[in-house]
Amino acid sequence: CVSSLQAMEDNKPWALISEVGEQGYIEEVTDIMKQHFQIICHKDFLQNPQLHGPKIQALFVWNAFPEAEPALLGSLPSLKVVANGGVGIDHLDVPYINSLGVKVTNTPDVVTDATADMALGLLLASARKIVEGHQIAVNPKTTYIPQSLMGVEVAGSTMGIIGMGRIGYKIAQRGKGFDMKILYHNRNRRSVEDEQALGATYCENMDDLLKESDFVVLAVNLTPETIGLIGHRELSLMKRTATLVNVSRGLVVDQDALVKASQSGTIRAAALDVTHPEPLPRDHPLLSLPNVLITPHVGTNTYTTTRKMVQKMVENAVAAVKGQSVPNEVS
Amino acid sequence: MGDNKPWALISEVGEQGYLEEIIGIITERFQIICYKDFLQNPQLHGPKIQVLFVWYYPKPEPWLLSLLPSLKVVASGGVGIDHLDVPYINRLGVKVTNTPDVVTNATADMALGLLLASARKIVEGHQIAVNPKTTYIPQSLMGVEVAGSTMGIIGMGRIGCKIAQRGKGFDMKILYHNRNRRSVEDEQALGATYCENMDDLLKESDFVVLAVNLTPETTGLIGHRELSLMKRTATLVNVSRGLVVDQDALVKALQSGTIRAAALDVTHPEPLPRDHPLLSLPNVLITPHIGTNTYTTTRKMVQKMVENAVAAVKGQSVPNEVS
Repeated sequence: CVSSLQAMEDNKPWALISEVGEQGYIEEVTDIMKQHFQIICHKDFLQNPQLHGPKIQALFVWNAFPEAEPALLGSLPSLKVVANGGVGIDHLDVPYINSLGVKVTNTPDVVTDATADMALGLLLASARKIVEGHQIAVNPKTTYIPQSLMGVEVAGSTMGIIGMGRIGYKIAQRGKGFDMKILYHNRNRRSVEDEQALGATYCENMDDLLKESDFVVLAVNLTPETIGLIGHRELSLMKRTATLVNVSRGLVVDQDALVKASQSGTIRAAALDVTHPEPLPRDHPLLSLPNVLITPHVGTNTYTTTRKMVQKMVENAVAAVKGQSVPNEVS
Repeated sequence: MGDNKPWALISEVGEQGYLEEIIGIITERFQIICYKDFLQNPQLHGPKIQVLFVWYYPKPEPWLLSLLPSLKVVASGGVGIDHLDVPYINRLGVKVTNTPDVVTNATADMALGLLLASARKIVEGHQIAVNPKTTYIPQSLMGVEVAGSTMGIIGMGRIGCKIAQRGKGFDMKILYHNRNRRSVEDEQALGATYCENMDDLLKESDFVVLAVNLTPETTGLIGHRELSLMKRTATLVNVSRGLVVDQDALVKALQSGTIRAAALDVTHPEPLPRDHPLLSLPNVLITPHIGTNTYTTTRKMVQKMVENAVAAVKGQSVPNEVS
């Protein structure tokens, strides 16, 4: 993983990263980091934290790893920045990290399109039973195609977006392309221009959105206010024919309530790119429900977007290390 | 016994046929006999039949049509009529009808569903996510970008235009190829650029979407040569008919990396033989011709089929006659 062989001639600052390959970065994006940093993987770091720690000026966090917790931060006396890959920073105790004199950065904007694409991909795959369809189509035992493989209509249906930030907005734009009626709920109402551009109707009361939507799409960030936002009560307000789509965070949904609602037919189906934890325990009921589609948090997993995220992460870290104005500081 | 409704021959109810909840639309206007029952005694049942409803089957082949001397109309469910020998059927004095328009949205939705599922590896993702043996989530599950990419639509009829509209919602650049160029208004509304030469569309597109109907001209439209013109990173999406694509060429192109992936709602035949190479290629997504399979659209198709059949039996103007 590590280019420590170059350390002799290299004056670039050191960055601690998770890993390359496996659950970490794809090989091709490490070039972007190495343009500005010498990198050491967490596993190698742990071999000798006393030796490596004092050099580290930047901690790159990807998929919430390495964990920016006291145990680790205590061994990084030169740390200037915790640079996160991704826009969500619910896994980072920002006030605590700031209290150590360390900046926190994220990567907004570059994740927006890919995440919105994922939301629609999940919505369509669930509505039109694409996973089941494929499994039937390629199963060696299939002798005929059951007409009972029926889905629900997307075109002209009602999409209710909870969380109308950058990602929610792009989701609405896509829904409009399908002639869907767009409802949204947000902490703050968006401008008249935004609403007109999207043909979106504000639901001040989230309950109204839940009652009227065929597809409820969650695009909020995870905060104390949004934990368990969708629970038993909210699911009961939804139509029995409705689908819940989640591209925000697993904890926004009360998973036990979701299991019950999916089992009892309170809602038609759920399509989730996020769960809590990730991955779910292998015996979790969500994994075996026929009306639940789960993808393993791949909302930004395209080569293009991943590269842009790493580029932004590195930009942020470079600025912080140099003491310059940091583009995406979170406070 | 008191029923004077005309008789219609249908495929079956349930299984591979009409859903229970939809058959009522037909029985409101017709007495029905299922194909299996008809075959028990064709000489007895045949002369009563004025309508043949085709939903994948029964196939209106000469031997069947000869058993239906009172037949007035072959009413097909769906817009494609490549499976019907229309001139032959017309020569027997029988009308042929289809169900355009009502299938458009659901089919366009399916095209985008396939495109996104392929681009973002949704099927593999789900399988990994729910597999009891999964211990971690591999970061190598990488897809390709949809937003801002180039969609090339071959066949810009009703369905093609709706596909373009959806692509525009994803900020995709839209190219199209059609027998006839569409109006300036249409092109501006969709932000779509005409490619007079289909080769240009093939070379520039990240997603090639087939939405033509099947005719002698479109059979094998996408073969070895066309696949070779496509980008190695491109995806082929087919919601038209299996025969529009040279399947052997497609297999080779997918195996060799000539194109990135294919997502097919249609194949030839349907279903494919269980040992067909397409079934085991990792970069092929196949759905079993469910492009119109929603409760809403299926109901509308059957309603239209029945409307067409009623008009034909009454000798009135038939809304969707095909000639």
